Amino acid sequence: MIGLNHYLILSGLLFTIGLVGVVRRKNLLMLFFATEVILNSANIAFAAASHYYGDLAGQMFAFFIIAVAASEVAVGLGLLIVLYKKHGSLDLDDLASMKG
Amino acid sequence: MYEQIAFYLFSVLTIGLFLVTVLSKNLLYSMTALAAGMVMISGFFFLLGADFLGVVQLIVYVGAVMALYAFAMMFFDATRDVKEKNPNGAWIFLLGGMVALMMVLIFSAPIFSENIQAIYPSIAGATNPQSVGLVLFTKYLVPFEVAAVMLLVAMISGIILAGKKMDQSLTTEDDVLNTEIITEEDDK
Repeated sequence: MIGLNHYLILSGLLFTIGLVGVVRRKNLLMLFFATEVILNSANIAFAAASHYYGDLAGQMFAFFIIAVAASEVAVGLGLLIVLYKKHGSLDLDDLASMKG
Repeated sequence: MYEQIAFYLFSVLTIGLFLVTVLSKNLLYSMTALAAGMVMISGFFFLLGADFLGVVQLIVYVGAVMALYAFAMMFFDATRDVKEKNPNGAWIFLLGGMVALMMVLIFSAPIFSENIQAIYPSIAGATNPQSVGLVLFTKYLVPFEVAAVMLLVAMISGIILAGKKMDQSLTTEDDVLNTEIITEEDDK
């Protein structure tokens, strides 16, 4: 029988995948994708806890996470477009323009 | 039985698709795999009885967020492979592995939790969207309104950030050169 533990471990695995992406990738758009993966793993954990404890608060938090993710994408993509106009690339290393 | 089959199928598919998302070299493959993974995650929500959350996941993530990414990808060169220079090192793998282990432990910590009481228990006799509506518009009304204002702010800032100098070409400098050539010819 599938229990809460299964879902929590799955969520931890997905979070780890997203974390690997955030740490390893250098392209900013790839960083955004990895962030989406992380947010989705948190959503799964919330929904599973909500189901197995019979509590609706988890689903509410998942809704707010979705709202935050949507606004993050809107603002972030605007910033990425401005950055691309300025630098011509989306590489994180190009951002290190202030050499100390 | 069916629940187990569905769970393992969805988990394998989700993990595989998200691995493709994170490790792929091509932006377009990465985005497509991410969209497919979102669909699989909505499958988890349906499995957990959170119907409304699953539908919202499909509409907002797969519909809106992915369309936004697809639009943004028109600005960037999506066909070219992403070139990244990654400092190869055992340190990164060691630290990454340790962090990953820690994250899995933290996330699975509620396995050992006891005495958790439901603050807002599911309403008996109500379907999932009904009870979600009841809780959302009573207990969580203020966060809901704040989220609405936040989405409005995000929309305005997105329009302003992306819409500035929309008439200029991004990818090619030909337009600038052409206008310069034309003005030079005019001067002659």
